[in-house]
Amino acid sequence: MDRHINAPISDEDAKNLRAGDYVYITGTIYTARDAAHKRMAEALAAGEKLPIDMEGTIIYYMGPSPAREGRPIGSAGPTTASRMDKYAPDLLDLGLKGMIGKGKRSQSVQDAIVRNGAVYFAAVGGAGALLSKRILASEVIAYDDLGTEAIRKLEVEDFPVIVVIDSEGNNLYETVVKEF
Amino acid sequence: MREVNVSEITSNIKEMCIEANHYLSPDMKKVFQEAVESEKSSLGKQVLDQLNENLDIAAADMIPICQDTGMAVVFINVGQDVHLVGGDITDAINEGVRQGYVEGYLRKSVVSDPIIRENTKDNTPAVIHYGIVPGDKVEITVAPKGFGSENMSRVFMLKPADGIEGVKEAILTAVKDAGPNACPPMVVGVGVGGTFEQCALLAKKALTRNLEEESPIEYVRELEAEMLEKINALGIGPGGLGGTKTALAVNVETYPTHIAGLPVGINICCHVNRHAHRVI
Ligand code: SF4
Repeated sequence: MDRHINAPISDEDAKNLRAGDYVYITGTIYTARDAAHKRMAEALAAGEKLPIDMEGTIIYYMGPSPAREGRPIGSAGPTTASRMDKYAPDLLDLGLKGMIGKGKRSQSVQDAIVRNGAVYFAAVGGAGALLSKRILASEVIAYDDLGTEAIRKLEVEDFPVIVVIDSEGNNLYETVVKEF
Repeated sequence: MREVNVSEITSNIKEMCIEANHYLSPDMKKVFQEAVESEKSSLGKQVLDQLNENLDIAAADMIPICQDTGMAVVFINVGQDVHLVGGDITDAINEGVRQGYVEGYLRKSVVSDPIIRENTKDNTPAVIHYGIVPGDKVEITVAPKGFGSENMSRVFMLKPADGIEGVKEAILTAVKDAGPNACPPMVVGVGVGGTFEQCALLAKKALTRNLEEESPIEYVRELEAEMLEKINALGIGPGGLGGTKTALAVNVETYPTHIAGLPVGINICCHVNRHAHRVI
């Protein structure tokens, strides 16, 4: 079913989304991938504050290509989510409500999604040019030295994603494969 | 002896990095079109339509097809009657990659050391495979490789007794494990034979083979067709969201091997199977 939601995402929206829903996200989301997750984990271990508030936040696993003049961002599609599996459960327990990536997640991430009423979305991998058109603004807000891996705040409009793992633990990747 | 100045190689590689990241080759576009027409899942069709639109946007607005503009893999075959002048050939290739990635707004995805992991900020060095061939030409293929799919690639050191059935099983195992991570529909490059490193190199080369070119070996053609069918029957589908198009093509290359071995390399590539080819 097609749904439109706002980001940050409300507890209610996150709970009501179901695996297989086609979702258009409008609002503010943040990017973080391998190196930024490693730094956030180090900050948590040292008892420091994270550069973004996790409450209701959606993180997009993405490192863009550079923007040409006059554009907010370059190509901007999802990266493989499983590389963030090591870090995701802690962030979910801190209030992270949504993750956008591509590919499978570990059981411990799936458990943390259910425990926290969160959701894992997939964006279409390799559609970075198309997806960049749904990003209206982009600003680096932390870890600037990481280049493409810095944390960016994005304003998105009708950003198209599909629910893969929902708050009940349904997993679209597992169910669809059996249908064909 | 024909003299070729390496600066010419630099400028060509620069252009090829940019070209490969914005336009797919005509044979790739053709299989894409066929995939859209034959996909049975409606969600799968929707994904393929998006990917087609993505290709149009990339070309029209000069936005890379995918944000992972890859590590630059360069195959360069230098004719033995060519005299390269004007500097070090490896430096010249890396300079072309540097200029292409910096001036072409491509992502810099290379770190200088696998453990220390500091970004080199210009996507160098490239991975370069040199060949010496007859003639007085320089033939270059630039194949930027994304790592979502590279990470799902495998080498299997099978036993001779495993035979062709073992090869088939190895391919299916790699593709199943790759699943949605490798941005299906995939192109699957397979190298059979040689040694440990040779089968991997053959698999990489297989990915750059024009999809309209057929293997001269009959059993290889049959293997390619059978594997394409079996992979598409896995149901993974476009984007891993279910469907009948999990792979666009399977390309197999073979090489003689040792009496005791059957090496199989499987290089998985996503639908953004990029390669630019030029002869200087
Ligand atoms: S696997 Fe290919 S399509 Fe997917 S993100 Fe990497 S380069 Fe892009």
